[in-house]
Amino acid sequence: MLRRTTSSRKPILIVGGAAALLLFACGPYFMNGYNIFQLTMLMSYAIALLGIVVLTGYCGQFSLGQGAFFGFGAYVAAVLIGKASLHYLLVLPVAAAASFVVGALVSLPAIRLKGIYLALTTFGLAVAFPQLLKHPGLEAVTGGVLGLTVSLPQPPEFLGVTQDHWLFLVSLVTTVIAFAVTAGLLRGRVGRAFIAISDNPTASVAMGVSLQHYKMLAFAFSSMLTGVAGAISALAVRYVAPDSFSMFLSVTLLVGAVVGGVKSVWGVIFGALFMLYVPNIANQISEAAPWAVYGAALILVVTFIPDGIASLFDRFIGRRRNAAAEPTGVYAPSGVK
Amino acid sequence: MGEFLNQVLAGVANGGIYASLALALVMIYQATQHINFAQGEMATLSTFGAWFLFDAGMPYWVVFALTVFGSFIMGALVERLVVKPVGTASPFAFIAVTVGLLMIANSASHWVGGGDIREFPSPFPGWLGSRYLSAHETGTILVTMIVLVALLTFLKRTPFGLAMRAAAQNPVSSGFVGIRVGLMLTIGWGISAAIGAIAGMMVAPIAFLEPNMMGSILLYAFAGALLGGINNPTGAVIGSFAVGIFENLLGVYVTGSELKLTSALCLIVILLILRPSGLFGKAAVSRV
Repeated sequence: MLRRTTSSRKPILIVGGAAALLLFACGPYFMNGYNIFQLTMLMSYAIALLGIVVLTGYCGQFSLGQGAFFGFGAYVAAVLIGKASLHYLLVLPVAAAASFVVGALVSLPAIRLKGIYLALTTFGLAVAFPQLLKHPGLEAVTGGVLGLTVSLPQPPEFLGVTQDHWLFLVSLVTTVIAFAVTAGLLRGRVGRAFIAISDNPTASVAMGVSLQHYKMLAFAFSSMLTGVAGAISALAVRYVAPDSFSMFLSVTLLVGAVVGGVKSVWGVIFGALFMLYVPNIANQISEAAPWAVYGAALILVVTFIPDGIASLFDRFIGRRRNAAAEPTGVYAPSGVK
Repeated sequence: MGEFLNQVLAGVANGGIYASLALALVMIYQATQHINFAQGEMATLSTFGAWFLFDAGMPYWVVFALTVFGSFIMGALVERLVVKPVGTASPFAFIAVTVGLLMIANSASHWVGGGDIREFPSPFPGWLGSRYLSAHETGTILVTMIVLVALLTFLKRTPFGLAMRAAAQNPVSSGFVGIRVGLMLTIGWGISAAIGAIAGMMVAPIAFLEPNMMGSILLYAFAGALLGGINNPTGAVIGSFAVGIFENLLGVYVTGSELKLTSALCLIVILLILRPSGLFGKAAVSRV
């Protein structure tokens, strides 16, 4: 799983990446409000998918409930702005901290479950979450079935940009931080511990890697990323409602992660592009088509390119992953090994 | 006291529905040692198929038989064309594929059924009903019991059922003793889709037929199957009735109906942590 870039191509990649980032950052100067909104959503999805890469790709824990963490972050942002009138630049860090704590709490039962049981439990979380948001006891805070509207942040005047553009810039800075922190975390000791747990939990314990500690960290960190993504989307969409965060959102996020490459930090960009543009294209065929397209894409990618679009890209630019990347059949029936 | 009894029986009626879908989940687990997240949506799709057959004017039990048979074929085809190429070695791939199937089946239901909510006929004559349970509720429980007995007989009393369980638990050794493991998986998927179709046709008259009909029922069925033990059909049925009663009483007397799904989720979590093999299941032992 450890990635090594052949040294001769590394400078090209860095320069190319920086150029692409610069181009992306300048994008809004040539776009209308809707396109800027789309770019902001693109970054929101990318951060959310990053959470799945950490949790599922690296640590090997399947979550079908990421939509609930996304929704939690979105609601924290909406409530803080709408009810507590918190300054919006403080909203994202607070949403991140709150999501981190919630992720850690959810991990308490989750770290005791493995494989299909964890998937099942998180699936349950995704199914139950909208109902929880609609609960009359929380209506004063969550706005019940109707949800909450979120006002868009006012840009500082000296910048001379529109509200959409300002949110884009805030999201861009957040995204860069999220990627840098995640890549740093995964490259070091923590990332290696995650991979060890995913490859062989028993051997990891024998090597002194605490399952409890690292699984909890993976859940909390993943929830934090996904929650921040949700907060950005709440600001961009300017509205939150319980049914936006149904089980289907969790499934959509899973599809995005798998399509991009669940083991690749950079693959989330492809996954986010897929999530943003494919439904729009599919919608032109019929209203029910996006789900079918998502489902078909998920099955096709898992069957034919299990490591997602990122793996095609990696092969193209000459990155190699070593043999240990192969999934082991730890949870498979004993005869399969 | 009478009110309490009424609520218990209402829970039993719900439990009958959960049990019918839980049996489909148990069946797929017996055949593959995996959970099929698409079970509910595939059942909904089968039920839409049945609705169109009714619409064409066919009598109930003919439609019933055709739907069950058609769903068997659908399940078998899905295994052959979609699940098999992925392989079952990686649990993540299996989960991802069944989630993909869930989306495709849901989309297909939307496509054939549109957004309308349809009424679905119940086959049971009025005399089955009583003061406490409607004819359809009694009928559903009866049908679930028949499916349970049939499934138990098949799995425990026939060589074919034994072969199927063997193929799921130890594919390699089963292959060595001459069991056609691939065929067993295909038939297992077929049978579970057929049981799912029966569950769908029992649910539809109560819940109305619409593409998301099975969404929350699947969660209760999971809870029921896990409570009783997902490798034990009888346990899963008992567990589903218990979940139905528990959920109804909790909803009426403690939490209010808004927290029903959450209580099912909590039940699943508590069960999986305290007793993952369920009340009647055998604990799985795996070699490391």
